[in-house]
Amino acid sequence: MVASSFNWIADLGETVHDALVSLGAFTVFVGRLWYWLLVSVPRWDTLMPNLYQVGVRSLPVVALTGTFIGMVLSVQSYAQFRQLGLETRLGAVINLSLVRELGPVLAATMLAGRVGSAMAAELGTMRVTEQIDALSVMGVNPIKYLVVPRFLACFFMIPILTIMADFMGVCGGFFYSVIVLGIDKFHYLENSAVFVTGFDLISGIAKSVFFGGAIALVSCYQGFNSEGGAEGVGKAATSSFVYSFVGILILDLFLGIAIQNLQSFLYPGGTKLL
Amino acid sequence: MIDMVNTAEQPLIRVEKLTIRFGHQTVLKNIDLAVPDGQTLALIGESGCGKSVLIKTLVGLLEPVKGKVEFDGHDMHKLNEKELAGLRQRFGFVFQNAALFDSMTVGQNVAFPLEQLGDFSPSEVREQVLERLHEVGLPKNVVTKSPAELSGGMRKRVAVARALIVNPEVLLYDEPTTGLDPVMSDVINELIIRTRRRTPVTSIVVTHDMHTVRRVADRVVMLSPYARLAGGQPQILFDGTPEQLDQTTDRRVRQFVNGEAGERLLELAGDTSN
Ligand SMILES: Nc1ncnc2c1ncn2[C@@H]1O[C@H](COP(=O)(O)OP(=O)(O)OP(=O)(O)O)[C@@H](O)[C@H]1O
Ligand SMILES: [Mg+2]
Repeated sequence: MVASSFNWIADLGETVHDALVSLGAFTVFVGRLWYWLLVSVPRWDTLMPNLYQVGVRSLPVVALTGTFIGMVLSVQSYAQFRQLGLETRLGAVINLSLVRELGPVLAATMLAGRVGSAMAAELGTMRVTEQIDALSVMGVNPIKYLVVPRFLACFFMIPILTIMADFMGVCGGFFYSVIVLGIDKFHYLENSAVFVTGFDLISGIAKSVFFGGAIALVSCYQGFNSEGGAEGVGKAATSSFVYSFVGILILDLFLGIAIQNLQSFLYPGGTKLL
Repeated sequence: MIDMVNTAEQPLIRVEKLTIRFGHQTVLKNIDLAVPDGQTLALIGESGCGKSVLIKTLVGLLEPVKGKVEFDGHDMHKLNEKELAGLRQRFGFVFQNAALFDSMTVGQNVAFPLEQLGDFSPSEVREQVLERLHEVGLPKNVVTKSPAELSGGMRKRVAVARALIVNPEVLLYDEPTTGLDPVMSDVINELIIRTRRRTPVTSIVVTHDMHTVRRVADRVVMLSPYARLAGGQPQILFDGTPEQLDQTTDRRVRQFVNGEAGERLLELAGDTSN
């Protein structure tokens, strides 16, 4: 009786303990990856397929979602801005939200769903079928051989995907606002040009690099540590997406705050939207 | 005779007081084993007794909770990653489930260890691959197939070819003939013997196949599942030559060698009646 009423304390303790152990293991994993990133250059023939998978194969879906987000932004904000007679400001609103937030986050989300879970599943299968052990036994470091190229591929390709999402979003927003809703083209573009600065574009792309790195780390870690056959691999794939997505949003908040501070430090006057 | 095989001056592999546990399950306890240079040792024992665990520990894939494994004077579990990788290149390891890389073709699988060494031209590698596949009785046209397109027995033989291609000093075979037809089993037995004749290789062959034991082994070691031992009994039930296997008086060893279920049937009947 006494024992059972204190069970939750034990459960809580166990949960905290497990979480700390996983955090420690993840930190060690990241540390080992850093080591291999610093001391070795991956061979082109292991890097290339990953760049292709992460970059080229993700472009269509990123382009498609980017276009639609651009149009949706236009649909959603038009009515409000029209009431104020400020519909040409849509150019600023849509494009600013795209390059600062939606482009990078969208590209990262797509990458986490398309590439992250696939990486976790692939590495997870390699783990449970002992292919990772087979690599180690041949004297090949699995972190160096499997994780480094995947990390680099995400790291280098996500800015390109972000630019694609930004670009297609801008096009989608322009198409819906100017062609469908008939907003004046000159002022739409004029407002975009005034309010969206190079800093906004660059800061969005800079953020995306962190997202890409986080996705690769989380997914590879999940794959590497999956156990228990097909079920474990499935779990690794799902949790890699969930953790990546949560990670993206948390990073986005903190990077957003940092970028905001940097911007008001660099451009104290700043431009005002309204 | 047993003493003679045990007291070579400097054994290549020395296992001392090795204890391995998974959670609360003790798999191996206080295992002592010394394998001299050039010996072919057959490791037998009932399913689940820890044979695979033991040979994986020899190459540092599993960490012991107690005891140590020395290879050529180095403690396998006290080396840094680089030293361990260097030593592992002196091993060839055939995994129980083959563990072929399924993202590569059969040819790439067999070539992989050789390419990691890096001192062979592509044509030399290709020639070696074909020769090794021929040795295990596989036709030329498997080179371009993916592992998924092969039968289980074919995969096993590819794994043997992959382990042999770098002419390692130590070969660890985990059930190399399980799942093969009698003719192909004998091809593999013959290959193990021939490899031994050609180079002074040290081998440990995990097997259930008494025919293989009698054909290839200089020495036989039989393990018992730890859970089946009464307190204090040694886990190594038998250590001697294949000829001595037939003279042993130990009931458990005799039953294993002759393939008799004995009192196990009674135990099973007891389990079902409960
Ligand atoms: N990664 C692991 N995690 C937990 N338990 C394990 C693990 N690997 C092996 N075991 C346990 O260790 C014991 C020995 O396993 P092992 O694979 O060495 O058996 P084996 O002697 O090779 O059997 P078989 O002849 O069937 O291959 C088993 O009871 C198994 O449950
Ligand atoms: Mg086994």
